[in-house]
Amino acid sequence: MKTIIDILKTIIGIIKELIKDPMGRIGFIGVLIIIILSVLAPLIAPYDITEMFTRDKLTAPGSQYLFGTDNFGRDVFSRVIFGAKVSLKVGIVSVGISATLGLIFGVTAGYFEGKVDNIIMRFMDILFAFPSILLALFIVSVLGPNITNTMIAIGIVNTPVFTRTVRASVISVKSMEYITSATSIGLKPINIILRHIVPNILAPFTVQATLALSGAILTEASMSFLGLGIQPPDPSWGSMLNESRKYMETSPWLVIFPAIFIIFTILSFNILGDSLRDVLDPKLKL
Amino acid sequence: MRSYIIRRLLALIPVLIGISLCIFLILQLIPGDVVSGLLGIEENPELRAQLEKKFGLDQPLYKQYWDWISKVLQGDFGRSFRTDKEIFPEIMSRFKITAQLTFMAAFISCLIGIPLGILSALKRNSWVDGIIRVIALLGVSVPGFASATLLILFLSLVFQYYPPVGYVGFFEVPSVNMQIMILPSVILGTSMSGSVMRMTRSSVLEILRQDFIKTIRAKGAPEKIVIFTHALKNGLIPIITLIGMQIGSLLGGAVVTEQIFSIPGLGLMTLTAINQRDYPVIQGCVLFIAFIYVMVNLLVDILYTYVDPRITYK
Repeated sequence: MKTIIDILKTIIGIIKELIKDPMGRIGFIGVLIIIILSVLAPLIAPYDITEMFTRDKLTAPGSQYLFGTDNFGRDVFSRVIFGAKVSLKVGIVSVGISATLGLIFGVTAGYFEGKVDNIIMRFMDILFAFPSILLALFIVSVLGPNITNTMIAIGIVNTPVFTRTVRASVISVKSMEYITSATSIGLKPINIILRHIVPNILAPFTVQATLALSGAILTEASMSFLGLGIQPPDPSWGSMLNESRKYMETSPWLVIFPAIFIIFTILSFNILGDSLRDVLDPKLKL
Repeated sequence: MRSYIIRRLLALIPVLIGISLCIFLILQLIPGDVVSGLLGIEENPELRAQLEKKFGLDQPLYKQYWDWISKVLQGDFGRSFRTDKEIFPEIMSRFKITAQLTFMAAFISCLIGIPLGILSALKRNSWVDGIIRVIALLGVSVPGFASATLLILFLSLVFQYYPPVGYVGFFEVPSVNMQIMILPSVILGTSMSGSVMRMTRSSVLEILRQDFIKTIRAKGAPEKIVIFTHALKNGLIPIITLIGMQIGSLLGGAVVTEQIFSIPGLGLMTLTAINQRDYPVIQGCVLFIAFIYVMVNLLVDILYTYVDPRITYK
């Protein structure tokens, strides 16, 4: 119980520090808006995302359809709001996958060093040798394009970055005297890792996770734009943008709103990530 | 230096073997198999056996890998399932187009990113710095496909300008080629310039704090010499690393831009192969792109020694 209260206190402390900085405040509010939109999407969206108002195809934005309708007569506002939910879900799950794998591989490589380290890091070098979007597309092309495989692909693609970040932090923490003391009193490696190493590498890990979120959302949007990410009728900002390109000269709202939401989301996460890095690792602040 | 390059090239062998194994094994994960994909719903055991024999799929896995990789080493990437054309010559002709796009984009990125990054560092915490940092943040955050779509929309609505359709090689009609390539290069270049600006700013700021810069200034050197001869030269390594990584990534990863502007580069070739489930082409393209990516990273490492002679590789 005490640990949970401590963690909550730390999180509140970080948020307080964050909102002291104007950029941090902007990023925090931006991310908060996206989270609220995605959580409350079913309540906010006025129409069903698949409902087609065939008489109102390509209607311009107005009081009935806030962001207009698409070529099938679907409400663009509802689809954009649900798009936030899909983007955030893909972002969180895929970063969850890469963060978990990165933590396991990074801690193992950094703590045990030697052959284990060599094998893990050479494997990561191999994954690093592929441009990320290409590797993600390659994996999805093999597994089949759908939301689960998109999350798995993005998760795998981002794993090497987490592994490297965690490994570097573990190596630096491992050389501290308190770790030497813990080893000398006979604590088991698993206890040293869980009690003493992991809590001390959380700062760079959290910064990496926040920055990776925007990257994951961007990769998902790009993959969906290419038709290899989220599949219709599920709304994704990337696929909405791609589907609407044919109509953009006559119905520009079809591309403007999804584009604004993608830019707003990625920008908010990037600003938050930058500010979080300054708060958690002031040495990097320039 | 020569021994360093040879050692680095030798060290690449296990990485390249790993990459080829990785690509080969990922393709084994295809639900069903390649032949099922080709046959579709017309499942015919005789035809299946014929196709399996033709593609060597009736052989054990290690034999399939060995046959494939030994042919690749001789420059034979196989033939497309769909067109029956040889893959390697097609990759090479597409690669030239992607390389042109990449280098034009990298040039634009440096042209915007480096001077603005230096200016931002010199005017630290001023309004100029603020504006440049916002531009850089936008560069990093606005996805290429969103900015490309919005730019095309803007040009068509305001100026009634439509990007040219089709592709003409640079050595055929240079002026038409440049018309085709300039817009995608600008999109990619401005998008890349955000990170270059940020990296240049932080790198120059880091160097400006060093004692030797104070000494040079104390000796009365003009500010131009301090910035361009000392600060920028010493701060170039992370900038070169970033640009190198971006070039490596773009040589294979300009998929989205190539798709939007219908530029028949390597990215579009890979994407078309993915959509058509043409596995030998996917395999060949991904292997080639990964190889180029690794080689570009090696070149960047070698370039370090020229930029900073203090770096010696033992």
